[in-house]
Amino acid sequence: MSVKVQIAEQSFDVGDELASLLKIAGETAGGVGAFVGTVRGGDGLLALTLEHYPAMTQRVLTELAEKAAQRFNLLACTVIHRVGRLEVGEQIVLVLTAAAHRAEALDATGFLIDRLKTEAPFWKLESFEAGHDEWVKPRAADDSAAARWS
Amino acid sequence: MCRMPLLVNSRGTVVESVQAHSSVITVLYFSAVRERVARSSEQVPLDTQIPVSVLIERMCAHDPALSGVFNGPDIVRVAVNCHLAEADTLVSPGDEVAFFPPMTGG
Repeated sequence: MSVKVQIAEQSFDVGDELASLLKIAGETAGGVGAFVGTVRGGDGLLALTLEHYPAMTQRVLTELAEKAAQRFNLLACTVIHRVGRLEVGEQIVLVLTAAAHRAEALDATGFLIDRLKTEAPFWKLESFEAGHDEWVKPRAADDSAAARWS
Repeated sequence: MCRMPLLVNSRGTVVESVQAHSSVITVLYFSAVRERVARSSEQVPLDTQIPVSVLIERMCAHDPALSGVFNGPDIVRVAVNCHLAEADTLVSPGDEVAFFPPMTGG
């Protein structure tokens, strides 16, 4: 089993990441679950700036990926999260999970994205056209989504 | 970077730490908490092991901005050495303590 965790300012290429995941997963893989998070526009939003706590982020994401790998029998798993300023429409986060069967791959993807939202120390600052900035408030729905996997 | 204890006993209590002879802790602030206290980090004197709750009381006693953060309506999370902590989690000299709002990544 192989886990790749990356935190970076630059974007990622989903095709390249998928190809490298499949190569690592090998011939027993039956499918890959994927989630790509993007900056959602609306209400005059221009961009997000993602702040994080580097040492803790790396540790939490690696632990979550390893937990997912064990719980859902993954063959390989990739988690990439961007930081810094991201314009509307840009990619923020990538979760890829390779498993022998689809249920495990899809469940592992849901587990990772739901738990990452409430456990990994990232914070989003929204910048609006009107010129003001606002920290994103945590949503109760995110806590319930994360709790599904406890 | 987070500094981890070298040795813990069976109850998880630190019996020897990498920074056993240090008499300060590093405190980090992130996101809205960082903005409200107007700094991202500082060294705070600490020569004995105390719970997070006592550390917060001590720090707030002579820092109105910090007191405003902890006594305000918004939730503040605490991490000790990169692990989410509770009010009764023990902080030792040499530790890294971080204060921040609930996470909003993904």
